[in-house]
Amino acid sequence: MTAMQIFFLITGLVILGSALMVVTTRNLIHAALWLIVTLFGVAVLYAILNASFLAVVQVVVYIGAIAILFIFAVMLTRKEMRDRGPQLNKGWWLNAIIALLTFGGLFWMLQSWNGFSKTAADFPSGYDAVGQLGRALISPDAFVLPFEVASVLLLAALVGAVYIAFNRK
Amino acid sequence: MTTETLIWLIPLPPVLAFFLIILFTNRNKALSHTVAVGAAFLSWLGAMIVFVRAIGTPDLGKTPFGSSVNWIPTADTWLKVGVQIDPLGAVVLFFVAWTILMIFIYSVGYNNFGQPKGDHDHPGLPPHGATDEHGHAVPSVEPMYSRFFAFISLFAFGMFTLVLSDNLLTLFAGWEIMGLCSYLLIGFWYAKESARNAAVKAFMTTRVGDVFMLLGIAFLYSATGSLSYHDIFQPQVLHALASVPTPIFGLSAAGLIGLLLFIGTVGKSAQFPLHVWLPDAMEGPTPVSAMIHAATMVSAGVYMIIRMFPLISLDPKTMTVIAFIGTFTAIFAATIAVAQNDIKRVLAYSTISQLGFMIAALGVGAYVAAAFHLVTHAFFKALLFLGSGSVIHGMEHGVLYTGDHRVDPQNMFNMGGLRRKMPITFWTFLIGGFALSGFPLLTAGFWSKDEILADAFSNGHLIVFITLAVAAFLTAFYTMRQITLTFLGEPRAREAEYAHETPWTMTAPLVLLAGFAICAGWVGIPQDFLGLHLNPSWFHEFVGSTLAVMPEATPFSWVAFGTSLLVALGGLFFGWLVYRNVAAPEQDKLQIPLLKNKYYLDEIYNFLLIKPSYWFAKTVVYQWMDKGLIDGILHFFGKAANAIGSVVRKYIDLWFINRTVGDGTAHVTQWVGRNLRPIQSGRIQQYMLVSLIVLLAIVGLLYYLLVIV
Amino acid sequence: MIPLSWFLILSAALFSIGLFGVLSRRNAVAILLGIELMLNAANINLVSFWRYGDISLMAGQVFAIIVFAVAASEVAVGLALVISVYRRRNTVIADELDLLKW
Repeated sequence: MTAMQIFFLITGLVILGSALMVVTTRNLIHAALWLIVTLFGVAVLYAILNASFLAVVQVVVYIGAIAILFIFAVMLTRKEMRDRGPQLNKGWWLNAIIALLTFGGLFWMLQSWNGFSKTAADFPSGYDAVGQLGRALISPDAFVLPFEVASVLLLAALVGAVYIAFNRK
Repeated sequence: MTTETLIWLIPLPPVLAFFLIILFTNRNKALSHTVAVGAAFLSWLGAMIVFVRAIGTPDLGKTPFGSSVNWIPTADTWLKVGVQIDPLGAVVLFFVAWTILMIFIYSVGYNNFGQPKGDHDHPGLPPHGATDEHGHAVPSVEPMYSRFFAFISLFAFGMFTLVLSDNLLTLFAGWEIMGLCSYLLIGFWYAKESARNAAVKAFMTTRVGDVFMLLGIAFLYSATGSLSYHDIFQPQVLHALASVPTPIFGLSAAGLIGLLLFIGTVGKSAQFPLHVWLPDAMEGPTPVSAMIHAATMVSAGVYMIIRMFPLISLDPKTMTVIAFIGTFTAIFAATIAVAQNDIKRVLAYSTISQLGFMIAALGVGAYVAAAFHLVTHAFFKALLFLGSGSVIHGMEHGVLYTGDHRVDPQNMFNMGGLRRKMPITFWTFLIGGFALSGFPLLTAGFWSKDEILADAFSNGHLIVFITLAVAAFLTAFYTMRQITLTFLGEPRAREAEYAHETPWTMTAPLVLLAGFAICAGWVGIPQDFLGLHLNPSWFHEFVGSTLAVMPEATPFSWVAFGTSLLVALGGLFFGWLVYRNVAAPEQDKLQIPLLKNKYYLDEIYNFLLIKPSYWFAKTVVYQWMDKGLIDGILHFFGKAANAIGSVVRKYIDLWFINRTVGDGTAHVTQWVGRNLRPIQSGRIQQYMLVSLIVLLAIVGLLYYLLVIV
Repeated sequence: MIPLSWFLILSAALFSIGLFGVLSRRNAVAILLGIELMLNAANINLVSFWRYGDISLMAGQVFAIIVFAVAASEVAVGLALVISVYRRRNTVIADELDLLKW
């Protein structure tokens, strides 16, 4: 059990634990905050995986934008400061079973794949992963098109969200 | 025109007249009788031309005029029908044509053509008198005038067909046409119940005879394969028929066929026991009585059996039967005639009796005598009937004058003294009556009757001879009775005083027929009459040549001559003697109930035959078989089908199909719909859950199918 | 040293938890939270496959970036919808937004 493994396990526990809190807390603000914790954990995971750019982007975009957006939305949609009533549907146990089954199914399918337990190759030192990523994103024979389309998508989402949520008084 | 063509054309004008009158000229009386009399005249003309040619042809018996056509195909042969005139046919054609023409002309006057329409006349009833512009009651015209002429035209057609045919098939066809017409004409005044009953009686009784005749024809056809005279009378065919025995009464085939055919004659020519229809047939108009019951229809029966003489003479048993029936009928009918008071009834029974004479003659083998008497009888009997019609018309005029309609114009006891009022009728009736009685030398009846008696006597048939002689005596007796009561003496009723002579259309035929009644006999004077050597009897030579072997002329017999002289003159004298002083039925000693009621034969037949038939028809066939059995079966089927239907409806249709298939599908569909509907709840989490579950299931299934299997 | 399987199990578990959240939470915003968890799980998968496969193949990271963009836009539109619905029907409970039913 190396240090990295232990580190990974702790990170994993944090992620899963805060994820469980997200889906079970009664208070929605708390759920959003737990979500922030989960997202941090995922950023740490990206760092473990040497995807440094993604780790930063995760923090900036997900936590800085999306989670804040969630908090705004929760505040805008509360009838009063406190949540009332149960927050889980009736028959949540069936959903739990389904979730477990899903997990089980995924696990079982993955473990029958022969590359399941392979270890990582060493990360070559001095390898400019970010630079490579940048080049991949803008080079015409790589992924510039999906990149541009994604930006169009963001524009569409922006316009759509504004239009939908516009409060005509 | 060749004689053959002419012979084919002779029956044609009357049948055309029939159709023309029925279809087109029905409303116009003058046109109808012109068409009918014209047709009769044309047929008469054709018949006379054929007759003249026939008597001018030597050896007509061996080579008769005639032609035939193929009619019914039978495997590889044909049944041929056609026409033939041999000597017998020629003389019969002669009197048929003459009597038919006379009767047609007579009918114009008898049906009161030219008179006004009756006051209460109704089609179906005899005309009953009209009132003319002076207020007098005069005879009225017959309402069904055209129909009468149509029917007698059809009748003439039937008779001509019968006489001219060369085979038994068309003879039978003509026979049956005349049977139909006798029904139509006897029941001409159909509104009278007695006429209707008489028509049915005539038809039924002759039908009995016709059935046996048809059996005979069928037997003959199956034995010989042909029905034409030429083929049947071949010597080898006759010989074959005579030698084949049949199981009935030990007769040979020829004898049995002859007997069966003779039964047809018994019916048609009103011999005992099938004579009962003829007196009742007097319900028809008098020309009908003359036509049917004197000149033509009853003669047809005798003609047929004379024609079949070569066949029937082969078996002595058949001949005996024929002779017996003829003789018995002659005397039987003569005894009844003596007690009748209706002028036409006397003549009816007289006809039966005279036909018995002819048949008896045939039974003893007197071929030529029978034919001779047939010819002469037709003339004087037609004359007598037409004369009686004239008398009745005169009496009806008197009834109209006095207005007393309860008086029967046909009852002889209401007549008397009519010789002064209706002279032409009187003299012609007298001539006819004398001919019937056999008044010597001057009348035709004498020669023919004498020949019959002579033949019977000289062939040794003494019983026949004596019986026929007695019958001849009675004939003369009742004839004179009739003449005395009708014409001589003084009128016994007011109606008779006011009678007057009938128009020329009625008296002219009487005169013509009277001429024949006198002269027709002279063609048959025997060769050795009274021991003189005269020329051979033309009639004997001519008609006798019809047979293959010319029959011998009867030798003259003084006994027979004397007997016939005695009975004729004696009967006439006694008749006059007894009845010149009789004024009322009570004084008539011969009104014996047995004779008056015709030996109660009608009542016996009614009891023995008619009532059981009715009972059988009504109870057994109608009630038990038809209504009970057949209707029962049908009702059963109906009820069964109904029951099955209702069971099917109740248990299968309503309970099963309606509930299950009909309502069931609806319910199931509704149930399915109602229960599937909540799936679409609008709640997306539920949608997600369902889709996930299904996804898991499909993945599992695919994994199972693709990886494991 | 860390086998790939650990990452994959982790992402599978995160995914399942997110799934549970989506199916069970009553509040519509909470459902969107669950969706975020699922997207993150997918991202973890992508990046770990990039790292444990051919590093020069940038497709893994690029895909993950696209997923970021998609997640962001989806959240934005989704929350805009929820807010709009809240304004209309005065509720954010998913079960009560059931007008599109039989």
